[in-house]
Amino acid sequence: MIKVSGLRKAYGSVVAVDGVDLHVREGEIFGVLGQSGAGKSTLLRCVNLLERPTGGSVTVGGRELTALGDRELRQARQGIGMIHQHFALLSSRTVAGNVAFPLEIMGVPRGERVRRVEELLDLVGLAGKAGAYPAQLSGGQKQRVGIARALAGRPSVLLSDEATSALDPGTTQSILALLKRLNRDFGLTILLITHEMDVIRAVCDSAAIMSAGRIEEAGRIADLLARPGSRLTEELFPLPPAEPGSVTITFTGAYSGRADEAVVSQVVRKFDVDVNILGGALEDVAGVSAGRLRVRLTGGESEAALGYLRDRGLLVEVAAR
Amino acid sequence: MTWSDMSPLLWQATGQTAQIVAWSTLFTVLFGLPLGVALVGTDRGGLFPAPVANRVLGAVVNVGRSLPFIVLMIAVMPVTRLIIGTTIGAGAAAVPLTIGAAPFFARLVETALRGVGRDVVQAAQAMGASRGTIVAKVLLPEALPGLVAALTVTIVTLVSYSAMAGVIGGGGLGDLAIRYGYQRFETGLMIVTVVVLVVIVQAVQSLGDAVSRRLTRR
Repeated sequence: MIKVSGLRKAYGSVVAVDGVDLHVREGEIFGVLGQSGAGKSTLLRCVNLLERPTGGSVTVGGRELTALGDRELRQARQGIGMIHQHFALLSSRTVAGNVAFPLEIMGVPRGERVRRVEELLDLVGLAGKAGAYPAQLSGGQKQRVGIARALAGRPSVLLSDEATSALDPGTTQSILALLKRLNRDFGLTILLITHEMDVIRAVCDSAAIMSAGRIEEAGRIADLLARPGSRLTEELFPLPPAEPGSVTITFTGAYSGRADEAVVSQVVRKFDVDVNILGGALEDVAGVSAGRLRVRLTGGESEAALGYLRDRGLLVEVAAR
Repeated sequence: MTWSDMSPLLWQATGQTAQIVAWSTLFTVLFGLPLGVALVGTDRGGLFPAPVANRVLGAVVNVGRSLPFIVLMIAVMPVTRLIIGTTIGAGAAAVPLTIGAAPFFARLVETALRGVGRDVVQAAQAMGASRGTIVAKVLLPEALPGLVAALTVTIVTLVSYSAMAGVIGGGGLGDLAIRYGYQRFETGLMIVTVVVLVVIVQAVQSLGDAVSRRLTRR
């Protein structure tokens, strides 16, 4: 749905985005995780060409935006919704007026506008707030207005620029739940950027880690979990630095169906090893439960035990001695 | 001089001042508002960046603002004659007043427009809004309270400038104060004139503040 190839954006000698390739599939929620200054915001703003890339191409819904002229680009943007960290609502307009704004730009007739606005406010749970001004709303309500506004033109793609970063944790959860619902109910493709791992954990199907203008790792979260040495897995399940010889077991998507299997005690019984648990975590990620356990195996047939674990569909990584 | 002597003089002069200020306000907005939009728009990172045009506009505005009004009024007489056909009277006074106030107003408009958040403008761009739409539906409405405040200050300035219009026979309260109050030692009339001016300025400012406050939704 979104294809970014060889994207580069430089401000003078400062390179904000340095050769990024990104592929967001139709109907998925794709999260780009990175520290501030990693270039993820620039990347996102290059997708709808708010920033003109210095090089590379951007294709959204089959249209190569980087090849379009001014007028066609404006047209194309009407099919790409965007929500912002600080909401970017018009303070001089009511909630209804803000949601109607993109419809005015698109030239939707007044009667239809009124109907559509009502529909959208219902959708985001703000039916009673049509006449309120943004200053009278809470942060979460403002972002709901932002979402309703972004959806006004029935976009197939939604770009989210740190949409929950200015919100408290509870509100963040409710906004994320709304995004997830829109994704599920309307097949809305969402590309979001965030510095919060929780956002990736809560809603994303795919993710990329960005730092210093480059994508370090990208793919479906389930696939990344199964990949040895994955940075994302490291970020999702932070464990203390691996001691030499310690074993890190990642419960991947492939294994999740049998999460109730008592695999550790099986190993202990079958291979006569001692298992010392050093750390671990279990999380719901991308809709499946996944986890990571760091252990030390001693005695018995520890090599065979590791093989057994691998055969069970677990990712087993042994830190070098 | 009794009150009954003063009253018709005052009414006439107030009417003249109102007329001069009204016309020059109209033309000041007509020229100053687009100029202010252009100052913001042509700036680097603006809606229609044009650094050279921006530099030129800025210079023109600064020249307009640095000329003392009394000098400007006499200097633009040929222009006045060209437009109005005469250099004397209320209509003739409106020309230098507009030329003097438009750059001032343009700078105030510029400041008000710069107060509109970049994020709001970019949000509109992301929706596919054209530049004209952004000016008309984002910049101006969002800056409206500030624009009203700018207009208020400009009108007050025009009232004060208009006092000098007496020099070219424009009439008005300033003219009255000088001719009767100063030159004929009618201290009473001068004081009353000053009071009337103060009341007008006060009224304009209060009204402007009230409207600006009404429009503020932040």
